[in-house]
Amino acid sequence: MDLSTTINGIRFKNPIVAASGTFGFGDEYNELYDVSCLGGISSKGLTWIPKEGNEGIRVYETASGMMNSVGLQNPGVRAFVEEGVAKMRRFDTVLIANMGGSCIDDYVAGAELLSNADIDMLELNISCPNVKSGGMAFGLKANVAREVVAAVREVCRKPLIVKLSPNAEDIVEMALACEEAGADSLSLVNTFQALAIDIHRRKPVFNNVYAGLSGPAIKPIALRMVHAVCKRVNVPVFGIGGIATAEDALEFIMAGATAVQVGTANFNDPLAGQRIVNDLQTLCEKEGITRWEEVRGCL
Amino acid sequence: MKYFDSTVISQSRLTDDIYVLVAERNGADAHAGQFFMLKAWEHELTLMRPISIFKADEHTLHFMYRVVGQGTRKLSGLKAGDPISLLGALGTGYPLDQAAGRVALVGGGLGIPPLCQTAKELTAKGVLVDAYLGYRDDLFAMEEFEPHCANIFASTEVGEEGYRGYITDLLTPEKYDAVYTCGPEVMMRKVAALCAEQKTPCWCSMEHRMACGIGACLGCSIKTADGMKRVCKEGPVFPANILFQQ
Repeated sequence: MDLSTTINGIRFKNPIVAASGTFGFGDEYNELYDVSCLGGISSKGLTWIPKEGNEGIRVYETASGMMNSVGLQNPGVRAFVEEGVAKMRRFDTVLIANMGGSCIDDYVAGAELLSNADIDMLELNISCPNVKSGGMAFGLKANVAREVVAAVREVCRKPLIVKLSPNAEDIVEMALACEEAGADSLSLVNTFQALAIDIHRRKPVFNNVYAGLSGPAIKPIALRMVHAVCKRVNVPVFGIGGIATAEDALEFIMAGATAVQVGTANFNDPLAGQRIVNDLQTLCEKEGITRWEEVRGCL
Repeated sequence: MKYFDSTVISQSRLTDDIYVLVAERNGADAHAGQFFMLKAWEHELTLMRPISIFKADEHTLHFMYRVVGQGTRKLSGLKAGDPISLLGALGTGYPLDQAAGRVALVGGGLGIPPLCQTAKELTAKGVLVDAYLGYRDDLFAMEEFEPHCANIFASTEVGEEGYRGYITDLLTPEKYDAVYTCGPEVMMRKVAALCAEQKTPCWCSMEHRMACGIGACLGCSIKTADGMKRVCKEGPVFPANILFQQ
């Protein structure tokens, strides 16, 4: 079967995309396999101002998953546009620039610059804390998210993906607000806010106390959210959350996703992306699937 | 660097909680101070575990590790013939191409194993090597250094053998062209300070939790005088002067 799929006019050779923050800018994994076999790569999360990231422990294993508090360490949008884009372009795959921000002005400045860059799509990370509202994430309240998405939409000349936080008050309301504000597609879910405690030190494991939970542990919840959102929105959805096998990817597609993103699985198996692409081909043939339309959103 | 299916050749227990696992090398490169990510599970655990190279022979890789959690406990249960996945060799090791004359290796606890391969490679280059090995109680792996070292100094904090105290008490950096250290950060800081006083170049091997091991996740980034560095990529070995301000 032809695994290709099209989102916002961009053709993906298959629906498997490397998730932001787990795959750098692709070059490290390209030493292990040809990352051009992937449908797309979402870049390390960029911010207008370069960031050094968080102090202390940044990654921590949990049951069937992991927590991270990397803190968006990145070289900044400008450095990415000047050097990173051309390097990523060597890969024959859809290039998605993932961008976060701590205020609307930064989001807008970044989106303007990235609109002139040689990227295929812009993925907006709205799970970042908003410095102007006491650090509460943009992606929790629909009216706050609507504002940042609308502001970015005004300047963004690339297909705009908005990446939703599962910590949103109401994920469906959030999805509808982002769609209304101009998102061309949605990706969900980002990590779940979680807590780990070091009982010997009687302190949180992470300096920021809370950190993001990902991996197979979150898959059933992510799947439910993707299902609920896909029932209500008209834009395409990238499903994300604990996908580690072709079967997982197919579940998300059956829940309504057009493509999926693979994150934490890259750490468990550095060849995960390539493996899932290959297995998906076999799986579709075994299941008698000839076109994605036969199964996408089938329940 | 490559990711490959290997097989456990042997597993031996050195002390209560320290083990040596030997696996097939399958042509992987391996140099002093580098490490591998090890995995002996599918999805029961999420992350692979970074373990330094204790010894690399033509066909085998030796990993010495302490059981500290779920991952190392699972590794310690492996037996000859069991499958194991290896990713490596990873990271930047000790700068052997610059090594000449006389080098001191200063190891503390589970910082000792990577210095064994380092001693071997230095000696092969004609460098004169002295080892300073600091233990808490029981000595281990000392005999592995003997073929590669001119002098071996050992200390225990609470044990019976060797000098009673810290290994840094014995170190005389002025006698060396370079000092390579690996062990607890407090020990490496002391080594770096002693070296700085004598203007002896010093390299330290850092340890950090990491997820990918190849430089993509930034889970192991540390702040240095030369900017943010990835322990898994630019490290684990760094020049002491960018890690610790004197």
